[in-house]
Amino acid sequence: MLTIANKTFTSRLFTGTGKFRCVDSMFKAIQASGSQLVTLAMKRVEHVSKPDETLARLRQLPIELLPNTSGATNAKQAIYAANLARAVLDTHWVKLEIHPDQRYLLPDPMETLIAAEQLVKEGFVVLPYCGADPVLCKRLEEVGCAAVMPLAAPIGSNRGLLTKEFLRIIIEQANIPVIVDAGIGKPSEAMAAMEMGVDAILVNTAIATAHDPIRMAAVFAQSIKTGRDAFEAGLPRTHLTALASSPLTQFLSDPACT
Amino acid sequence: MHVADSLKSLSWDDISLSIAAKRASDVEKALTISKPDLNDFLALVSPAAELYVEDMARKSVHLTRERFGNTVSFFIPLYLSNVCANECTYCGFTMSNRIKRKTLTLEEVALEARAIQQMGINSLLIVTGEHEKKVGMEYFRQVIPILKSYFDYLTMEVQPLTTQDYTELRTLGVNAILVYQETYHTRRYSLFHQRGNKTDFAFRLDTADRIGEAKMDKIGLGALLGLSDWRTDSVFVAAHAHAIQQQYWRSRVSIAFPRIQPCTGDLDDNLMKGPTDRQLVQLICAHRIVNPHAELTLSTRESANFRNNVIPLGITHISAASQTQPGGYGQPANTLKQFDTDDGRSVAQMKRVIHQLGLDPVFTDWLPGFS
Repeated sequence: MLTIANKTFTSRLFTGTGKFRCVDSMFKAIQASGSQLVTLAMKRVEHVSKPDETLARLRQLPIELLPNTSGATNAKQAIYAANLARAVLDTHWVKLEIHPDQRYLLPDPMETLIAAEQLVKEGFVVLPYCGADPVLCKRLEEVGCAAVMPLAAPIGSNRGLLTKEFLRIIIEQANIPVIVDAGIGKPSEAMAAMEMGVDAILVNTAIATAHDPIRMAAVFAQSIKTGRDAFEAGLPRTHLTALASSPLTQFLSDPACT
Repeated sequence: MHVADSLKSLSWDDISLSIAAKRASDVEKALTISKPDLNDFLALVSPAAELYVEDMARKSVHLTRERFGNTVSFFIPLYLSNVCANECTYCGFTMSNRIKRKTLTLEEVALEARAIQQMGINSLLIVTGEHEKKVGMEYFRQVIPILKSYFDYLTMEVQPLTTQDYTELRTLGVNAILVYQETYHTRRYSLFHQRGNKTDFAFRLDTADRIGEAKMDKIGLGALLGLSDWRTDSVFVAAHAHAIQQQYWRSRVSIAFPRIQPCTGDLDDNLMKGPTDRQLVQLICAHRIVNPHAELTLSTRESANFRNNVIPLGITHISAASQTQPGGYGQPANTLKQFDTDDGRSVAQMKRVIHQLGLDPVFTDWLPGFS
């Protein structure tokens, strides 16, 4: 069981709502994923003319909505989007995303920290998308974030665990859940991240743009569960060479030894 | 240094010769390496690449879906005016053309906005014509706040302005500016642009820099295909787009592919052959392959059949139900158009078509507080 703030989750796969072919495909894929926390961009929520179809379908699922501030390029805009989300969606959970860089959509560490601190003060449960920077993750923890969401690779890139060594340090140091948020392209990569001890993974592009998103969602769910089980079972150490069983201390098993 | 200055080091003739010299092996290399550059773009728009259009399309689809997902964003153009202080030999609005001139009053602007909003559109392209006195900053200061109350995302296609003016437009609520160079060939540019401020090639070339300095969310580039050799012009567009992204990294870049269309003016003898359908597909895919992040736009200048087939290959933004005469949405008339549109399908029809193509039409992708 994973606990973030005051909520528990049995599924460690979090999903998103973007990039799907249609609302129906999104709905069925999320259902197949078993995900209980689903992020959606506030900027995509229809707020002018009509009720939002995506939102209406999401409300039918047994999930928590995690609105995100995608599109914000600085702390001020992100704080505004979070407050809008709280008013419109009636949730004080927010996935903080601030990316001024329009090509790789990489998060701005300074603005993210400023916004996180402010949003926590305003009573939000803040889950910040951030670079795989161990010091930044500690700083985000210090200002009261409920989890950190470091990237494995640029968002939507499907390039896998490029930041593996830094994620290792982040996991080691964190006292709050670590959710890998971006770049996971294959179920095997999700499993590898879970084996490392990541608490959860958010997968969107790899599911939404798969040939069969529904099936892919189910496969990610399986691989994430398997990876977590392996982590909890305690993976054996790896060695550079083959090891015979205890050649140096075999004699200690001898009844003559005390 | 401005990006425009770096473009001056590119030689039109050298590029043209280099494109012609590209061979199949250059195209294959451009299609297989992980980070194709401008030289690869030359190969991809070369005649040698015409045999590889299917391969290019496959790669383009993959890159587009990975970056933008299965989505296509909608916008609608609103023509504020057809008055013009320029003589551009290929354009229906050119100053010497004896057509009825019209600039929308504030009441008419609101009327048009309501009509467009009722179609479910939240992203507006404001087209102003080019007349600094009659349709300039003073007019925009009144019009933009009205339009911003109807639409979250405002794009403007407007005559080149100063950085200061762009900054003011941004604070008024404009998010993106499109300024097409028309052609990057200096001498041919003068051939088509004979009177008015638009004769200033260098000031126009420098415009994208000023938009970037004003910190607009998006900068739109393009060449009017058919004014000069479309391949070489497109290389300049690709180089311009790349350099602008490098310099103004907070701004998005969009590229459009307007092919010259008949208008009410006489067709110009100086025009060259624009790309065929096959070549336009080649061009769109070439841009996508060298620039996976760029937004690529396809307007209603193109036919319904062409758009149905090409949108899924790499296009991210489309217009629909466009009227190219001022006042066209409130009271459709046929006499004041800038050019003829080909795809006249309604927004609702286009929405269905996009669904049938296995894509999700996006109408809202911005929050008013981001402006």
